[in-house]
Amino acid sequence: MSVSTCRSREAPVRDDQGLDAHDRAIVLATQAGLPLVPDPWGEVGQRVGMSGEEVLERMRAMHERGVIRRIAAVPNHYRLGYVANGMTVWDVDDAEIDRLGREVAAIEGVSHCYRRPRHLPHWPYNLFAMLHGRSREEVERQAAVLRERLGEACRDHRILYSSRILKKTGLRLSRRAPQE
Amino acid sequence: MSLAELDALDRRLINRLQEGLPLSPRPFAAVAGELGVAEDALLERLARLRASGVLSRFGPMYHAERLGGGLTLAALAVPEADFERVSEAVNAFPEVAHNYRREHTLNMWFVLATETPSRIAEVIEAIEAATGLPVYNMPKEEEFHVRLHLPV
Repeated sequence: MSVSTCRSREAPVRDDQGLDAHDRAIVLATQAGLPLVPDPWGEVGQRVGMSGEEVLERMRAMHERGVIRRIAAVPNHYRLGYVANGMTVWDVDDAEIDRLGREVAAIEGVSHCYRRPRHLPHWPYNLFAMLHGRSREEVERQAAVLRERLGEACRDHRILYSSRILKKTGLRLSRRAPQE
Repeated sequence: MSLAELDALDRRLINRLQEGLPLSPRPFAAVAGELGVAEDALLERLARLRASGVLSRFGPMYHAERLGGGLTLAALAVPEADFERVSEAVNAFPEVAHNYRREHTLNMWFVLATETPSRIAEVIEAIEAATGLPVYNMPKEEEFHVRLHLPV
């Protein structure tokens, strides 16, 4: 009685991003975090057998290609006082969703915004937008702004608050090379 | 460290470093210069914020699909009595990047990141086998925005 959608659109096979074994070694060495030292590139280089200059050059290239979104601090929402983290989900007219998704994504306070498949009849929602507030009232006020923007095209919505972080490690590639 | 223990400089540092570290030879020195502090003082604070869990991570944020991998959001409706057992079973998969409890019938939501796109379906099957529950797979069909910034 599986309800999983096993046929998502396949992403293009790897290496159209031009990642080679050296890039991959850098990914493996940095996915858990960047060394907090004056010369982090040199430190990573020592672990992967490259110069700091080469590590920096390759990371710049990966950033330019969008493989690295950015190098940044990821806060624990709760520890910064953002105790209300609401995944808002919306049932939006398919004909309007791409235009409206872009509009909703631009609203202040939306951190992530995606179109995802419905699972009828249990799950009619196809637009997801993450909101973060210091109280649920704050998130509800933000959600009301989104509701207004979506207008007639939105049939229903819910706010799913997170009540516990069960795991948060970020993505982890394993040591083995992928086989297509 | 609680929110109340963060001083003004911690807050400026957290706000600034959510924006991103420059890809330059001495990146922390560059940010320290912007904030008007010494590089070693900045590194020490950043290490403390990371060690104390105020920051979950500090480092490159990789775009899973552009690494050639698979990525999806998935959910389970877990009976309350089984919640801890199922949580442990799901978290044991290295492909589970993060996992949140949420208030809904679908009360467990996790992100899967895999080496290859085709591996997603295999991991979902393995999670269904390990938990005895059907997985609702909700892969991204379109990304409109990704930019977490929590001003403090």
